[in-house]
Amino acid sequence: MSRGNTILKEEKVFKDPVHRYIHVRDRLIWDLIGTKEFQRLRRVRQLGTTFLTFHGAEHTRFNHSLGVYEIMRRMIDVFQGRPHWNEEDRLLCLVTALLHDIGHGPFSHSFEKVFDTDHESWTREIIMGETEVNAVLRRMGNEFPREVADVIEKTHPNKLVVSMISSQIDADRMDYLQRDAFYTGVSYGHFDMERILRVMRPLDDQVVIKSTGMHAVEDYIMSRYQMYWQVYFHPVTRSAEVILNKILRRAKYLYLNGYVFNQAPTHLTPFFEEDISIKDYLKLDEMIIFYYFQVWEEERDEILADLCSRFLHRRLFQYVEFNQHFIMNEWAGLQERFKAIGIDPDYYLDIDFSSDLPYDFYRPGEEEERMPIHLLMNDRRLRELSRASDVVEAISGKKRTDHKLYYPSDILHTPGQENEKREILEILSG
Amino acid sequence: MLDQHVNVLSLLQRVGEITGRKKFQKIVFISKKLGMPFHEKYDFHRYGPYSEELSLRLEELQQFGFISEIKEEKAGYYQYRYQVAANGEHFLKAKGNDHETFEHEKNVIQAMNACSSKFLELVSTILFLQPADKEEIIRKVHMVKKTQKYSEQDIDRAYAHIEGWRKAINKGS
Repeated sequence: MSRGNTILKEEKVFKDPVHRYIHVRDRLIWDLIGTKEFQRLRRVRQLGTTFLTFHGAEHTRFNHSLGVYEIMRRMIDVFQGRPHWNEEDRLLCLVTALLHDIGHGPFSHSFEKVFDTDHESWTREIIMGETEVNAVLRRMGNEFPREVADVIEKTHPNKLVVSMISSQIDADRMDYLQRDAFYTGVSYGHFDMERILRVMRPLDDQVVIKSTGMHAVEDYIMSRYQMYWQVYFHPVTRSAEVILNKILRRAKYLYLNGYVFNQAPTHLTPFFEEDISIKDYLKLDEMIIFYYFQVWEEERDEILADLCSRFLHRRLFQYVEFNQHFIMNEWAGLQERFKAIGIDPDYYLDIDFSSDLPYDFYRPGEEEERMPIHLLMNDRRLRELSRASDVVEAISGKKRTDHKLYYPSDILHTPGQENEKREILEILSG
Repeated sequence: MLDQHVNVLSLLQRVGEITGRKKFQKIVFISKKLGMPFHEKYDFHRYGPYSEELSLRLEELQQFGFISEIKEEKAGYYQYRYQVAANGEHFLKAKGNDHETFEHEKNVIQAMNACSSKFLELVSTILFLQPADKEEIIRKVHMVKKTQKYSEQDIDRAYAHIEGWRKAINKGS
């Protein structure tokens, strides 16, 4: 599939701290990188609020997307000439790798929760709609944008191509684990990707791993496990996420109740009114959000101003572990006590559930909803990873839930209503 | 607060028991698509729309002792049966949701639960692929669900169910 694409006279190279170099030889890829929708990804951080915990986590969806593209390019190099691999699919794979996150907005996760949107449908809209990305893709034929969108949406009939970008061991995960480890500065996310790439094989409708590469894959699964608990679920990051969520909810509530903002939140109005065009969506980035937070810090509404100040200056909520006993016996009383001391529990008390987070443990089974990792044995049979590896078996299906209750500890330690506040602190300390 | 947990719990209370994780996943997805207040994020997986969030929500509800999950060994695979546990009933009562939530949608949820999970997989796949036109959806169903070998009658029946359930939910709402 080379119609609409040419090979650049000279290869373009991006310097990348994770993969060293990212190589672009196709005009199509080069032009997609140059579109304004792709360039917008420079203004959306990859890890949302994690920079408030790990100060190095400032990397963006832009460099992650380039990284996924580079891994995909290397996977294709390994697959070239092998059975089950069709060279015609090369550009489709490279383009989907590059564009798989094009629909992400600023702090996607919180936005999606508050405004009930989802980045996957925006990805589709950007690829299929009137955008520069769509115009570049259509050079490959009118059906090409749809094919790309279908692969990202995982409804494309070519399951092998789908699995290269979204499966348990895919180009996306292999980039974000290494990249997030690098930028947060932690040592857990490392694994031998070169080795994994060497032992990957296309087989019918999936990518499998030669059994000799099992230990490299074990390392990858362990990295994933550790990164989730140590970085992605970090309680401080979650606290920032809770406050971000409350800010957006408060702003929406105020807008819908006729509050007049000192500075009209023009960029967010379509989100409040649930009538968002692609143009509105693409205008939003983290710079705009931070601008509004700075403006709102001066708002008359005390809750909005305080929450924005907390987020901007990192005065986050404290947390305690939350359990069933709390829900059944203490939760309602705690809310009442917050009201009694003049703190709105809707904005200053929150339970953060692991189900409210993006979650991604390796878990075989689940009636095989999620395709497991298959090892290709010497006798050509396939074996599910956790059945061959004691290490993976040991961490598969283990504790996945984690609940924390967040509250503003600083307010509870300020003078005034000491008795009531002491009672609250006693409940919180169990 | 805990609204999403309450919704999942209430749905289960309405039907008494759901057999199979796949069936649970598809019932919530279809309910969401029919406009019921579920916000779990779904992706397209091997057996159609699947939500990791819902899977975790069920695990949390189980950990809180609000639902019971009974694992049964079938021929070569495991099957899970879900019911609201006594603590869950107590919790719903405390939240003031006892036998109130989804009263209007009760018949539709029960009708879904009476369908096979294979059929619900078809219904949810169609809903996932909408708003594309019917012809395009049928073409895609045959492509992405090749192994399930859905017949034209199956697809027509799925469309009829979607329409019927939509009408039943919209009536009087």
